[in-house]
Amino acid sequence: MSNSTEPPALELSRIAKAFGAVIALTNGTLQLRKNSIHALVGENGAGKSTLVKIIAGLYQRDTGEFLLEGESVDFSSTAQSKAAGIAVIYQEPTLFPDLSVTENIFMGRQPTRSLGRIDRKLMREEAIGLFTRLGVRIDPDRPTLGLSIADQQIIEIAKAISLDAKVLVMDEPTAALSGVEVERLFTVARSLRDEGRALLFISHRFDEVFDLCDTVTVMRDGAYIATSPIADTTVEQIVRQMVGRDVSALFPKEEAVIGDDVLVVEGLSQPGVFHDVSFTVKSGEIVALAGLVGAGRSEIARAVFGVDPYSSGTVRINGAKVPRRNPAAAMKLGLALVPEDRRKQGLVLETSVARNTTLAIQRSLARFGFITDRAENAAARIWDSRLEVKTASLDTEAGTLSGGNQQKVVLAKWLATNPSVLIVDEPTRGIDVGTKAEVHRLLSQLAGEGMAIIMISSELPEVLGMADRVLVVHEGSITAEIDRADATAETVMFAATHSAAEVAR
Amino acid sequence: MTETAATPRTYRDYAQPLWRRLLVSREGAVIAALVLVVVFAISFVPHFAQPITLTYLLLDITPILLIALPMTLIIITGEIDLSVASTMGLASVTLGVLHQAGMPIPLAGAIALVVGAIAGALNGFLITVVGLPSLAVTIGTLALYRGLAVGLLGTTAVTEFTEFWTDLAKSKIPGTSMPSVVIVILVLAIVFVALLHFTPFGRGIFAIGLSPETARFSGVKVERTKFILFVLSGLISALAGLYYTLRFSSARGDNATGYELQVIAAVLLGGVSIFGGRGSIVGPLGGVFLIGVLASALRLANVTSDVINIITGTLLVASVVATSFLAWFRTKRARPGKKTEILAVAKG
Repeated sequence: MSNSTEPPALELSRIAKAFGAVIALTNGTLQLRKNSIHALVGENGAGKSTLVKIIAGLYQRDTGEFLLEGESVDFSSTAQSKAAGIAVIYQEPTLFPDLSVTENIFMGRQPTRSLGRIDRKLMREEAIGLFTRLGVRIDPDRPTLGLSIADQQIIEIAKAISLDAKVLVMDEPTAALSGVEVERLFTVARSLRDEGRALLFISHRFDEVFDLCDTVTVMRDGAYIATSPIADTTVEQIVRQMVGRDVSALFPKEEAVIGDDVLVVEGLSQPGVFHDVSFTVKSGEIVALAGLVGAGRSEIARAVFGVDPYSSGTVRINGAKVPRRNPAAAMKLGLALVPEDRRKQGLVLETSVARNTTLAIQRSLARFGFITDRAENAAARIWDSRLEVKTASLDTEAGTLSGGNQQKVVLAKWLATNPSVLIVDEPTRGIDVGTKAEVHRLLSQLAGEGMAIIMISSELPEVLGMADRVLVVHEGSITAEIDRADATAETVMFAATHSAAEVAR
Repeated sequence: MTETAATPRTYRDYAQPLWRRLLVSREGAVIAALVLVVVFAISFVPHFAQPITLTYLLLDITPILLIALPMTLIIITGEIDLSVASTMGLASVTLGVLHQAGMPIPLAGAIALVVGAIAGALNGFLITVVGLPSLAVTIGTLALYRGLAVGLLGTTAVTEFTEFWTDLAKSKIPGTSMPSVVIVILVLAIVFVALLHFTPFGRGIFAIGLSPETARFSGVKVERTKFILFVLSGLISALAGLYYTLRFSSARGDNATGYELQVIAAVLLGGVSIFGGRGSIVGPLGGVFLIGVLASALRLANVTSDVINIITGTLLVASVVATSFLAWFRTKRARPGKKTEILAVAKG
């Protein structure tokens, strides 16, 4: 462990940053030590990203102190912070897809031989050396196109190490990773810590924070709240610090009257994606589709809704057959899908909150075929206020809202269609604890009103807390159906990682 | 959904009052520039303030105005149609050939319109069903339709048309100096304004341009919408071709060559984003008038046509640069914008 008289690897104190009238950060305070993995947690909008961008040199602080190994620094570009030994790994790496893994690692600083020719042999050897050191197996010669996000992050980390970064910042690196990939990333992170580097880890998942980190700093409303050693704190305490109040229950599933079959899916197949998927959802019921990332859950949901094709099988709502590949017809029959990727599939980011809220109900808002801003605003006002969307005005661009508020707009948009079956795909991914609890309460309330709900989620606590029934998907098939009473982390995880035959045994 | 949810939130409809939104809009800037040029030309250019100037200006820009309507919608969906001028030529030749063979103008014209719609449908089929990029498809059909037009009539021209129709094309609204064709333009402009700004179909067009995936997930029929727009574009291009033929009493294979670029230039000058998702009908119409008025004023001031081209070209480039600069300035000042971030990352 590091000597306490040694200056911290990186120290920020009372950093403030404002963008015009918007104050993003009032008191950013953080101390990263060598040989340590430090967690930074806080709700969306707490100022974590702004702080990271100041560390990365993307933004410049207005006031406050920024010390690197005891020396005051001022970065006016990301190149300067890189040169000073700071590396930032983002949630979605930005690699050149057509270049090889090796070329990506050494982009802009390729080793050269005489006459400035690139020394490909040396470059390749160094890349292999880096991967050996990280204990991962990635072919250095393949193009990065088609690599998983997990592998792309490893390449970014390899790049950082080849630059000999002293400080590594990982901004929500696990958001899009599966369980195995998270484990591999953690192994790499721990070995980097043991080499004497300082790591900053940002995540919304508490189990990961407690598993990986040794210290945790909580931020709220742009200000520092507390730093504590992981050993001395609890999830409840961190949540309290994050939201500034007690969150009564994270998953307030209420009892609902479960009625008749509403959605009946029979023998749905699409070669290479999913096969022979059959299930039913009753009114008032929340059915979770659990499974690993890439198991085919979202693909099934998209096929049911009609965005993706399927080669055989039927989908019925209240007895009426839903046509294939026709979302508009599915919507008319009472089906709604809150998609996985809210920025690409859920919202038109560059258009107003009102237009987004009413995009799926345009036809019913039109009078004699014509639609006006007034009609849209009136409808948007009803649904956005019901979901408590925080926005300055109805013509605010949706892309400027925080993640949680964006998700609320997507939910408002689909609830406005008055669906009888609501499919929500990762409804709380990347949103803060407070909004998460609101979404859970909303889903529970909707089920109470008789809606049939399908929830796809990669977070086990959410699945176990919310679902009346859990359907586990493994490699495109439903391998298990587990009732609420029997659903535990173990039963669900077992089914998610084994084929149907093995589960039955 | 929390306990405080009992009182519904009250949202403002707009963050800024109407006059401020108009002031910063591209449409506002184009109209202001147009007014400025007109006032300047009336004051300083001899003969500009005569009614005949307006008559000829309107007769000249009519085809551009017509085609700018569907072109605006297509560009807002993020696509482009470069084959419009060739479709004009094809319709012109169809009319000429059929009329020469003894067919009356109304019937020959109707067939030419159908030919235009089929030309648009072929574009639409290749783009939405086969899935090819519209830029490539319409560069191809630009050559194809022009080739067909020239092939049908060779280097000859049909110049004998029933006088009633050629006179009609040039006629004025009685008692004014306005050409009658203005009525057609007005009606179509109103139809397109309604279609783009006041129907679910129009809302779909904007959504497709900004985020095709979200549009599809929201039940917007992306492919069908685009197909309809390309058919409309073919149809209206053919209409413009008929007008062109009758106005000059000449059906030729090379009629209206190069008009596609004039249309696109005016549409972009009118504030429609080449990346899709942004724009209006008023802006491009203003853009057509701006270029038209400027050219006619300069011509009256004895400026040569190559210099006029240089001036309108510079204007277009300047307007694009000005918008990018304004957008950059606004994000820089107001809040951490996506664009500046990307720039900063690229720098790093």
